[in-house]
Amino acid sequence: MSGNPWVRPYFVTGGRTRARHRLFVHTLVTVPRFDPGYASRLPPEARSLYERAHAAVQSVAELSAHCGISLGVTRVLLGDMAARDRVVISPESHASPYDPRLLERIIDGLHQLA
Amino acid sequence: MGYISSPDPLPHATSAKIVVAGGFGVGKTTLVGAVSEIPPVNTEAWMTQAAKSVDPLATGTDKSTTTVAMDFGRITLADDLVLYLFGTPGQARFWPMWDDLCRGASGALVLVDTRRLDASFPAVNYFENDSDVPFVVVVNLFDGEQSHDLAAVRDALRLDPAIPLITCDARRRASVVHALTTALTHTMTRAGRTAPAAR
Ligand SMILES: Nc1nc2c(ncn2[C@@H]2O[C@H](COP(=O)(O)OP(=O)(O)O)[C@@H](O)[C@H]2O)c(=O)[nH]1
Ligand SMILES: [Mg+2]
Repeated sequence: MSGNPWVRPYFVTGGRTRARHRLFVHTLVTVPRFDPGYASRLPPEARSLYERAHAAVQSVAELSAHCGISLGVTRVLLGDMAARDRVVISPESHASPYDPRLLERIIDGLHQLA
Repeated sequence: MGYISSPDPLPHATSAKIVVAGGFGVGKTTLVGAVSEIPPVNTEAWMTQAAKSVDPLATGTDKSTTTVAMDFGRITLADDLVLYLFGTPGQARFWPMWDDLCRGASGALVLVDTRRLDASFPAVNYFENDSDVPFVVVVNLFDGEQSHDLAAVRDALRLDPAIPLITCDARRRASVVHALTTALTHTMTRAGRTAPAAR
C-alpha cells in the first residue's frame, strides 16, 4: 500500500523563518490572528481545521479527531496553512523529548495531579 | 528590519507525549481515562477505509466492542505545557502507526494483563527491537485478581533487567501517575547514559 499517511514524518517549511517543524501527532497548532475572510474562502476541511485551531490551542491529533479528518489530510492542510503563516506550528521548546529539564517539569506537574 | 513588529502571538506552549501500548483489553483506554482531562478521544475517524475492518476479539476478554484505532488523552500540566497520552492500536497491521505515535515520545508504558501475557508480547518486542523510545512494563492489577509475582512476569517476558517492571491500578489516578513518572524517570536514566551502545 502506497501513501500510508502514518509512515512519513511530515515536515513543514514554516513562513518567514524557513524553520522546519515536525508535525508530530502531539504538536500544538495555533492561529495567531484569525481572519474570517480567509476562513470563508477555505474549502470545508481546511476551514474546519482553521476554525477549530482558533478556538483553542490543540494538537494535530485533536484537530484531526474533532474535525473528523484523517491524520494524513490534516497534516497536509495544516502544513499548507503554516507555509502561509495562517497557523503556527509550535516549535519544540527542547532539543529532545528526553531533555531532563522537560522530563522534570512533566514529573513535577504529574505529582501535583496525584 | 523591513516589517512592522507586532506583539508575539505565540503562546509559547509546548507539548510532550507518552505512549501507552499493550494488547487488546489490557487496560490502555482505562489508564488514559484515569488521568486525562478530556474523555479519551477515539480516533476511529483517522482511519482510512482500507484499514477499517473488524478484528476478531481475543477470547478471555469481556470487551464487547472492537477498538479499531487508538485513543488519546490530554493533561494540561501548566499554562505552557501539555502532556498527551496515546494508546496504541492493538492490531499488528497498524504497526506503521506505532512508528508515527512513538516519534517524539518522551517514554512508553507497555501494559500487561498477567492472565494473557502473550497479548502484550508484540508490544514488548516492538519497544525492544523497533523503537528507541525508552519503555517500562506495567502489570495492570485488575482489582488484585492478578499475579503479583513480578519476578515470574519478568521471566516470562524475558525482560532485560534494566527495564523497570511495576504494578498499577489502571483505574486509579494516583497509581497511573506513578506509572507515568516511573516511565519518565527511566527515560532520564537512559538518556543520561553517554553511549547508547546496545541499541
Ligand atoms: N476490574 C478492573 N477492570 C479493568 C481494569 N482496567 C481495565 N479494566 C476493564 O478491562 C476491559 C478492557 O479495558 P480497556 O481499557 O478498554 O483496554 P484496552 O483495550 O487496552 O484499551 C474494560 O472492560 C475495562 O473496564 C482494572 O484495573 N480493574
Ligand atoms: Mg482501548
